[in-house]
Amino acid sequence: MYLSFGVPLALTVIGIGFVALMFGLQKLLAPNNPYARKLIPYECGEPPTGRAWINFNVRFYLIALIFVVFEVEVAFVYPIAAVYLDWVRNGARIAALSEILIFLLILFVGLAYVWVKHDLEWIKKVPDQELGR
Amino acid sequence: MSLLNTLPDYVLTTKTDELLNWMRKSSIWYMLFGLACCAIELMHTGGPRADIERFGATPRASARQSDLMIVAGTLTLKMALRTRLLYDQMPDPKYVISMGSCASCGGLFQLAYSVCDGVDKILPVDVYVPGCPPRPEALTEGLLKLQEKIMTERWLSRGSANREANHEDVTAA
Repeated sequence: MYLSFGVPLALTVIGIGFVALMFGLQKLLAPNNPYARKLIPYECGEPPTGRAWINFNVRFYLIALIFVVFEVEVAFVYPIAAVYLDWVRNGARIAALSEILIFLLILFVGLAYVWVKHDLEWIKKVPDQELGR
Repeated sequence: MSLLNTLPDYVLTTKTDELLNWMRKSSIWYMLFGLACCAIELMHTGGPRADIERFGATPRASARQSDLMIVAGTLTLKMALRTRLLYDQMPDPKYVISMGSCASCGGLFQLAYSVCDGVDKILPVDVYVPGCPPRPEALTEGLLKLQEKIMTERWLSRGSANREANHEDVTAA
């Protein structure tokens, strides 16, 4: 009956041995050269100020989400602008124009939604009823 | 306990050195670090046409994961301090390619009041790639030269002049 645990046992031993081997090789062969400037926090080359363990304002996430609207716009409109003349020459003038206008309209609806919801304002007023008062 | 710099020159140690060097040269991760127009060529070198990745070189976004710093472009004095800090924060062993005239000697702008004329004033440079800017082929050639240089390094044998020795005093300068 104990034999049925043989395979898990072997795998466990191999796993632990492999990890020990890798860490051991690393200790033996890797250069280890810590010095003060290497160990300071990485801030893309800037000297860090203050502690890294701080809260970011949650509003930044909202700004990042809204940015997606404009990012998608650039990413899709630019290729269409690049091939627009070809389309016009091939007689697809109205199709190309209306397609890109519909696309922009959809994105604009997104922007308008954000605008109406007051999410473009840095300090957002929350109506009292949403707070349940 | 480290074996570096401790063993006599046996075949086993030199072969282990070669194995280490071969692994290092086949996985040179370079830092995404563009300073000026050379950065465009640097991006192309990583792109599908020049495809530097076939030599194992892949871009990393953090200095903590990089082996190679490609200084691509004009190094201003203001950036020089940051560059030095980034270099310091890379793990050993680390290498530097000075890409283009500006990084090598200041290039067109070497007389400007704000330009550090040569990245070798602040970092130990391994390979200089000439050009203004160098084409992706030239940078690839630079990487191959760096691979040749890596293959000549000795790590385990006693008294091997490996690169750890002179880091701290460069920092002081």
